[in-house]
Amino acid sequence: MTSANTGTEMGSFASRFNLQQYVVYLGFLAIFLFFAFMLRDSGFLTVRNLSNIVLQTAPVTIMAIGLVFVMSAGEIDLSIGSIVAVSALAAAVTIASYGMAVGIVAGLGAGILIGLINGALVAYVRLPSFLVTLATMGLFAGVSRSMTDLRSISVTNEAFTGFFGSGSLLGVPSLIWWTVIAIAIGHLVYRETRFGAHVLATGDNARAASVSGISVPKIRLAVLTISGGLAGLAGLLYAGRLQAAKYTLGETDLMTVIAAVIVGGTLLNGGKGSIVGALVGSLMMGMLNNGLILMGLSVSDQMIVRGLIILTAVAVSLRDKSR
Amino acid sequence: MTPSAPILQLQDIRKHFGGLTAIENFSLEVFPGEIVALVGDNGAGKSTLVKIISGVHPPSSGTITIEGKPVTMSNATMGRAHGIEVVYQDLALADQQTVYMNMFLGREPLNRFGLLDRRRMIAETEKLVKELDVRIPSAHATIRDLSGGQRQGVAIARATHWASKLILLDEPTAALGVAETARVEMIVQSLKQRNVGILIISHSLDQVFKLSDRICVLRRGKQIGVRETRKTDKNEIIAMITGLQQQ
Repeated sequence: MTSANTGTEMGSFASRFNLQQYVVYLGFLAIFLFFAFMLRDSGFLTVRNLSNIVLQTAPVTIMAIGLVFVMSAGEIDLSIGSIVAVSALAAAVTIASYGMAVGIVAGLGAGILIGLINGALVAYVRLPSFLVTLATMGLFAGVSRSMTDLRSISVTNEAFTGFFGSGSLLGVPSLIWWTVIAIAIGHLVYRETRFGAHVLATGDNARAASVSGISVPKIRLAVLTISGGLAGLAGLLYAGRLQAAKYTLGETDLMTVIAAVIVGGTLLNGGKGSIVGALVGSLMMGMLNNGLILMGLSVSDQMIVRGLIILTAVAVSLRDKSR
Repeated sequence: MTPSAPILQLQDIRKHFGGLTAIENFSLEVFPGEIVALVGDNGAGKSTLVKIISGVHPPSSGTITIEGKPVTMSNATMGRAHGIEVVYQDLALADQQTVYMNMFLGREPLNRFGLLDRRRMIAETEKLVKELDVRIPSAHATIRDLSGGQRQGVAIARATHWASKLILLDEPTAALGVAETARVEMIVQSLKQRNVGILIISHSLDQVFKLSDRICVLRRGKQIGVRETRKTDKNEIIAMITGLQQQ
């Protein structure tokens, strides 16, 4: 191969690198500037509004971290919205009688357990994750409804609501702490550990991973369990911030999370992704929500605009994959 | 070239699946620094032999000896632990990962913090790629940006890096064009200096005659014979493969 040839290889490599890695940042910037200009008199740019966006997106960001792992391994988790409700309710019910510690264990435990069920069915019964988590999404939506007969359970434990929702440390709201810590750990595990590398290899080429000595079933079990656990944490954050739990929590989050992850540069079919990208994607979705509301769009118009943006994101993601 | 001890020795290997006999009384020795070609028609049992030698299938009976020590293997991880690496025809590479991550797939070195030691992976990849003259843009290149020949070069480099005893090449050029095949053949040829045994399976007799020191012919699970490459010719090998030996 000549050096000129090498040059063009590097050139095409660089151009795709740009598109993939920076589309989310450019999109984020464009939407931010758009709203900053359009809503300059409606309070979009106030510190309070902007920090509100970050606080509101914390649970979605946490779920998005889990979904980056799941999608990078070539799987999907549709049950995260239902896990949020089950976990939040499990925590709310147990906190009232047994206190904060038991509540946390119950909430996270419920998420991890459902994740394990999803993972075991995918990894060892070898069912497609799309169908497994579609089924558990419905199943646990039912469970969350029957847990309290559709009633809302209030959370009055101040230590809990402070830790997971309204409190702050060193002047920084706890939800921002949760977001930063989860992103930092998620990014480290995803990028810098053997586990992260094996997740990517599994989603990229499961056979290659397998003949290289990677236990593909264990990876599949692990990513779905992580996703379940993080959805459980998202449930605790909702319960803490709203000081109540209800079966509707997380109900509409699935599409937002998937959109955040895909816009953030994680491929739908596995093998490639970004935790930081998912964070920016999640903030972008939150900003979009916030801006569209401030612009006075009706709920139905907001849904249409969000849907169009997700469609664009998927198109970019798949177009790149087919290259 | 007559080294003292064979690096791989197969003795009376037999393999049956249920009532079906796939391999019968197969014996073969491979010496370090030697390329042995395994030829035979489709269904002759070549793939089964690859799986036995790489550890994927244990033989029903018979012994596998590596450097004088009998070994039992029941999966590919055990085969790798014994220093046996396989290059598959369908390139077991993760396309969207970098060259260096593929080189170390499943065996990534860690630094003292327990995190991936990228610097070491990149340095070792670049060293090996240079030694084998696999011409890729860089260790950071993504596999799918490479040509078929470059990819197979990476797969061979990976096997070379890890194989301390034996490299099994299963149709390494089946999916490649003419120029790329020639490159890969040069790389395979250069592996002889590394003092490992090389067993190559190929459909191309031209390639077999170009690369190998000895040729082992397999027909219907039976070993028909082993010939020294320079003392035989294509007609004899074809006759052995097809079973029309007595003209």
